[in-house]
Amino acid sequence: MSLQQIMFTLFAAMIMVFSILTITSRRILRAATFLLFVLISTAGLYFWLNYEFLAGVQIALYAGGIVVIIIFSILLTHHINHKFEKPGLGNLIAGIGVGVLGAAISISTLLTYNFSAKPTTPMVNDVKAIGNQLVSTGHNGYALPFEVISILLLAALIGAIIVAKKQDTVSETESK
Amino acid sequence: MAFSIYDFSSFTQSIHQLLSGVMSPAWVLVSELVLVGLVFLMFYALLGLALVYLERRVCAFIQNRLGPNRVGPQGIFQTIADLIKLLFKEIFIIKNADKFLFNLAPFIVIIASMMAIGALPFAKGLHAMDFNIGVFYILAVTSLGVVGILLAGWSSNSKYSLLGAMRSGAQIISYELSVGLSMLAIIIFSGSMQLSVIVESQANGWWIFKGHIPAFISFVIFLIAATAETNRGPFDLAEAESELTAGFHTEYSGIRFAFFFLAEYMNMFLAAALATTLFLGGWMPLHFGVDTQFNHIMDFVPPVVWFFGKTFFVIYIIMLFKWTFPRLRIDQLLTLEWKYLLPINLFNIVLIAFLVMMGWHF
Repeated sequence: MSLQQIMFTLFAAMIMVFSILTITSRRILRAATFLLFVLISTAGLYFWLNYEFLAGVQIALYAGGIVVIIIFSILLTHHINHKFEKPGLGNLIAGIGVGVLGAAISISTLLTYNFSAKPTTPMVNDVKAIGNQLVSTGHNGYALPFEVISILLLAALIGAIIVAKKQDTVSETESK
Repeated sequence: MAFSIYDFSSFTQSIHQLLSGVMSPAWVLVSELVLVGLVFLMFYALLGLALVYLERRVCAFIQNRLGPNRVGPQGIFQTIADLIKLLFKEIFIIKNADKFLFNLAPFIVIIASMMAIGALPFAKGLHAMDFNIGVFYILAVTSLGVVGILLAGWSSNSKYSLLGAMRSGAQIISYELSVGLSMLAIIIFSGSMQLSVIVESQANGWWIFKGHIPAFISFVIFLIAATAETNRGPFDLAEAESELTAGFHTEYSGIRFAFFFLAEYMNMFLAAALATTLFLGGWMPLHFGVDTQFNHIMDFVPPVVWFFGKTFFVIYIIMLFKWTFPRLRIDQLLTLEWKYLLPINLFNIVLIAFLVMMGWHF
């Protein structure tokens, strides 16, 4: 096995093991930590593919952002002795069944699809190219999706502020 | 630079060729990784000791004391003695703690700082990983450290630890924004996120001089925000001794406490090294004007000396912060970030973009 294959196997094994641990752990903060490891291993896979920008985004956004927010909310709401109850037998069988079915479909699709290696020029994936494409309107330009997403984000931000504000005024009128 | 004797790439190339002569390419890669890892571990440990010693001397200097001065000349072996003491201390296992997370947390903190330090350019060719996304990579991996702090606080099962961790988390998440935006200023100036390119772009002058006042504003904001992100005074409410014992690492002892301690100092070094790389020219020597006698003399000083000289200068400033300013309250801390630093920063970025667009910088 070449070094590349060893690295891939390592990352893939880490992703699989920690994914299973994430869903089987009955302590919620441990589950969040295992999820963190899954996300970091995925970032490692992107680094392995030399796709550094996506790896950076994966670490900054998922590992450093979303997992931190999940942990924050756990810290605020859960006590250390809290454990999840064991799932019922019906739920367990249904969950495993759905998982096995999904895996079977994905694996059978992967095995039957005829992957063909084509000689193409390597894509330029440095940050400059990504930045230029993100705000250009021409071929392969992503200006429109970028703006649409920014409107969605703005709406979410305003919504969050309004939700937070409303509670404030209610409590004020109650105190009066 | 003008002097190729200070170029480390020929040195690293010769090691590479030496190794290639005796083993297969895969083993060359593995052994090079091991070598670089060993060098960084040594560097990490020695620098940690040096920084602790420096901190105690600076603190003593400001408080009109002598500081450590008995063990060895000028007390330089004091921190080594302290380290040996820490290594021999008992590691307490807390009964009601979540043991797995409790043991894991210090490693997350220290790995995060270690990963970031690997991407720093110390001199020409002396660069472990030169990522295309250098600045962004450092920002991303340092944000992992907060996970370790939060886990440490929660899994200790102690109210002081939990409060300290919550404060620390809120602080790091808010100030990360300012750190990122102030670094963005230099990314706009130099047009690249790659740290080696950013350093090269300062060959004819450091960005703090070339970028006029906006660059200086960014530098000051970076210093403030980076100090806050490393949980150092005057922003050390996460471990405010008078209120929270020692914050998130209250329950830790022995080598695990040393890990938190070391990671804090290395994060300070990282902040100073980043300030050096982005604003103060990295390993580039100080130049005035073009082709003067002074510049030629400055060229003779090795880049490593320049890098560490500037870095320790910034570290000294950060230490002065800690020992001169009183600690902020949590509301003052968040007000400073969200009401002052962030708006100034955003306006500054627009100003810099305008400057660069008009080509008004040097």
